[in-house]
Amino acid sequence: MNSRDYQQIDPQALPTPAHSPLPHPADRRQEPRTPRRKWEVFPGKNRFFCDGRIMMARGCGVFPLTVGLILVTSTLFFIFDCPFLVKHLTRCIPAIGGVLFVFVLITLFQTSFTDPGILPRATPDEAADVERQIDDTGNTSYRPPPRTKEVLINQQVIKLKYCFTCKMFRPPRTSHCSLCDNCVERFDHHCPWVGNCVGKRNYRFFYTFIVSLSFLTAFIFGCVTTHLALRAQGGKGLVFALQESPVELAICFFSVWSILGLSGFHTYLVASNLTTNEDIKGSWSGKSGDGVTNPYSQKNIFINCCSVLCAPMPPSLIDRRGFLPPNESAQTSDADIEPPRLNHKNEMNVVGASLHLVLIVTLTNLK
Amino acid sequence: MRQQVAVAAKVFIQRDYTNGTMCQFQTKFPSDLETKIDKQQFEETIRTLNNLYAEAEKLSSQSFIEGCLACLTAYTVFLCMETHYEKVLKKIAKYIQEQNEKVYAPRGLLLTDPIERGLRVIEITIYEDRSFSR
Repeated sequence: MNSRDYQQIDPQALPTPAHSPLPHPADRRQEPRTPRRKWEVFPGKNRFFCDGRIMMARGCGVFPLTVGLILVTSTLFFIFDCPFLVKHLTRCIPAIGGVLFVFVLITLFQTSFTDPGILPRATPDEAADVERQIDDTGNTSYRPPPRTKEVLINQQVIKLKYCFTCKMFRPPRTSHCSLCDNCVERFDHHCPWVGNCVGKRNYRFFYTFIVSLSFLTAFIFGCVTTHLALRAQGGKGLVFALQESPVELAICFFSVWSILGLSGFHTYLVASNLTTNEDIKGSWSGKSGDGVTNPYSQKNIFINCCSVLCAPMPPSLIDRRGFLPPNESAQTSDADIEPPRLNHKNEMNVVGASLHLVLIVTLTNLK
Repeated sequence: MRQQVAVAAKVFIQRDYTNGTMCQFQTKFPSDLETKIDKQQFEETIRTLNNLYAEAEKLSSQSFIEGCLACLTAYTVFLCMETHYEKVLKKIAKYIQEQNEKVYAPRGLLLTDPIERGLRVIEITIYEDRSFSR
């Protein structure tokens, strides 16, 4: 007859999520420290602001320039062109301009500050499991050749590559961004203008940003041209009128064509459910063989647009604002019982703890 | 004095990409679990999870309307409202907890919510039963 030697854990003694994220018993060995959030130890090259709420790439690229150009052009528009046009045309002009301006800025910030769909790196246990499955030779003296795994997606053979940095087989359409050092789902491209990668989660913000920016630049360009035309008619001549607003005109003229072109290109990508990455590499252009078509396309423009732009917003997989477990190196097999950090959502900590209690009690009563 | 419960092994259920990039997990029964749990029970759990994830990502008329409305507000609604996906994730978390309590914990197993692992794998921890005898 075996006697059990365990102490019933009192659920009331377990930490409640609202008060403290740290388990009390284990802390007697450590000094009490401010609990750290996961973004502070994030392995990728990203910058976090507002305690993990906002994230960008480490090198912001030309994001300040983008914001500056938009602000400068719009300010000049509101100061110099609007008064004239309100007097001579209609009051709607500053209203429309204002709405477009706000829309552009909001979508720009959403694109830049949102997690693009970063995949968290594999845990050591997962990585070991994957290694065990592929590496049977046991030869560790040199780096083995790139590992690939083939899967069948909609009757097409797709090769999944192994990411040595993140230690996992990349899901389809995922690519590792070398600038951010992260694997990003449905990786489109790394955009220096917004200072972030464009991927699954922020592609719709990016698309809305460039479309609304094309409207804004076209609108400002149209208003400036109308202003100049009306002024030139006023008698002083076109050249004199041009001298009054050269900056706006120059910026708008050059931006309109490039932004309109970019919007057109991305509209084509959305309609065919392609990413910039795939388009540049020519993954589905059929040059490698016959019958290679895009397996992700629904063959219908409207459905493709909906699935890219109107699908349910996927969640962020990197838990930026979750708290780190007090013992970061606790990845060992033999673990003392402590309330497990099962879920980053606070309300689940109590659930996880009570679940562990069930497990203890059940295991000890198995015989 | 504490009870030591050792982790004997971990089994990872990988993603199933045959239908594209949708979140689905393989229903193949891992050999390590043969002595621990009924194959049908396991497959039923995975199938229910797959159905829940399909529901989360489904392109329905409701999600289309939500998407259009969100676009009109420059997506600021995402900052205030809980998205459809997040609502289903809560349902999934509840289902996993329920399965753990009723089915897996009595057999010395523990399912980890895939969201904890970036929706890459379902991690099943196999616990050893270590009893202390006097």
